[in-house]
Amino acid sequence: MTIHATTARDAASLRPISREPSRVLLIWRAFSRRRSALIALAVLTVIVFSCVLAPWVAPYGPSEGEVTDRLMKIGSAGHLLGTDEQGRDILSRILYGGRLSLLSGVLPVLLSSLIGGALGVIAGYFGGWTNTVIMRSLDIVFSFPAILLAIGISAALGPGITNIIISATVVFIPPVARIAESAAKEVRKEEYIEAARSSGAGAGLIIRSHVFRNIFSKVFVFSTSQIGVCLMVASGLSFLGLGVSPPTPEWGFMLNNLKQLIFVNPMVTIVPGVFIFLTSLSLNLVSDALSDALEIKR
Amino acid sequence: MDNILEVKDIGKTFQVRSLLGRVKGGVSAVDRVSFSLGAQGTLGIVGESGCGKSTLARLLMRLIEPDAGEVNYRGRNVLDLSGASLKEVRRQLQMVFQNPYSSIDPKMSVLNNVAFSLWANGVSRQQARKTAYEYLDAVGLSRTHADRMPGSLSGGQRQRVAIARALVLKPEIVIADEAVSALDKSVQAQVLNLFQDLKKEFALSLIFISHDLHVVEYMSDEVMVMYLGRVVEKGPTERIFNHPAHPYTRALLASAPSLEVDRAAGSGAPALSGDLPSPLNPPSGCRFRTRCPMATERCAMETPELTAVGPGHQAACLLLKESLTA
Repeated sequence: MTIHATTARDAASLRPISREPSRVLLIWRAFSRRRSALIALAVLTVIVFSCVLAPWVAPYGPSEGEVTDRLMKIGSAGHLLGTDEQGRDILSRILYGGRLSLLSGVLPVLLSSLIGGALGVIAGYFGGWTNTVIMRSLDIVFSFPAILLAIGISAALGPGITNIIISATVVFIPPVARIAESAAKEVRKEEYIEAARSSGAGAGLIIRSHVFRNIFSKVFVFSTSQIGVCLMVASGLSFLGLGVSPPTPEWGFMLNNLKQLIFVNPMVTIVPGVFIFLTSLSLNLVSDALSDALEIKR
Repeated sequence: MDNILEVKDIGKTFQVRSLLGRVKGGVSAVDRVSFSLGAQGTLGIVGESGCGKSTLARLLMRLIEPDAGEVNYRGRNVLDLSGASLKEVRRQLQMVFQNPYSSIDPKMSVLNNVAFSLWANGVSRQQARKTAYEYLDAVGLSRTHADRMPGSLSGGQRQRVAIARALVLKPEIVIADEAVSALDKSVQAQVLNLFQDLKKEFALSLIFISHDLHVVEYMSDEVMVMYLGRVVEKGPTERIFNHPAHPYTRALLASAPSLEVDRAAGSGAPALSGDLPSPLNPPSGCRFRTRCPMATERCAMETPELTAVGPGHQAACLLLKESLTA
């Protein structure tokens, strides 16, 4: 502060007129202090927007291509990221494919956060038998390696994007539930919960207004960090042929298709992989910075 | 003066289980405690940490279910109530907690923290906010504080929020559990005076729990001294502090730092030494005997009962009876 009040009247006149900065603004300030997070957010925004707007942004349709144009290199005229074995434009397919890939990365995490979060909170808040039944049942699911379980469920349900989303959701429920349970257990011990109980509030109201609020940032940060993982699981399932059927583009599926060309045109082959990597890295950086930014007290 | 709250032989033993879930033993946290609280009176409860003061407060609030005893609020036993009638009685008994950093939801604005109690009792959001503003004003917090998150408040301000939250349900009895212990001395004085003012303004009865003798002396009409879950002495504040009867009370007073050098009470009594014995295996007979400078063999065999030692003044010590009869 450069201004010094010398008298009481001065001090009174110096009272700030503007309102205090809102919580959202404070979080944004803390977040934007990290350059890596800002860059990651920018990359993410570009990827998400161009995928969502693929029909307007993409130079070609996802399935159109001339066999004469096949296997063009990155940077070829008209085909920025080259073409695949059927002459289809890789960039266009990446953009169209990203819609499915992002959806299968985000939706299971969203669903599993809702289900797992609710289960975890109930287990953590009530404790005792409720906790034992819920958490031990989830342990059974959790005891399988995640990817193996996802493959198992997908294989049992049959190929298709819906089944990938279902199996990824099931796989991600236990870890979210664990985070929510341990966070809810912590919150349960706080005196403000006792205060709420003594005011006559029921368990439902306490959970809705106190517990959810106080575990939200922990669950949110964990879930956002899972989007990247989920994206890879979903792509992995597609790569194994459990996802979409041709000619629908999807990053993992494209990677699978292009892998035969790795000796012919290695740079083009890894393009879908690069996008999976970039998206999931950016998501992790953003969620990391967000978790720190949410720590601020006001 | 009518008694608004009468507590009879209330007790709680926490079971300790072994790894396999078998009951190994019990921690007797509160043992047959009885007292009464006069309308608009203040009862101070003192004792070292771990003596069961906070458990007692939670038993009264039914935050922990007591094993035995009665809590009669205006002639109704609170322990028999459930559902709507319990909710109704609960609003009459509110509590200010020890740690202002844990007793306020950090993710709710100050105003909503106070208004929450009203929502829980079916008051509309808008009306609850309006009332909450009034009570924040009553504890000396302005509107600019009300919209903030608790993180930006000091300990003293937070405790004011906690007090406002306790008062907003218009209780008749407020239990303050170590309500000023976490605060700086200078802030303590402010909050204590606030309690005094609010007590008059809202015609409250107070139960003031503290390990700080000066705080209790300043606040209370009556004092109850607890040791390892039992009441060892109770009586009017003035008598307890000037004519303490129980060896524990005397030692406690002697160990309290005081500026008044020639205080009659503590002088002569040796200060306390050693730690509080584990409540898991409390000493037989008189629980204080292991640290009592005057303990005899008899103290290990007989459990002392509270007996009158003066007007409205009771103490639980076997030696006292002897010295009186002798």
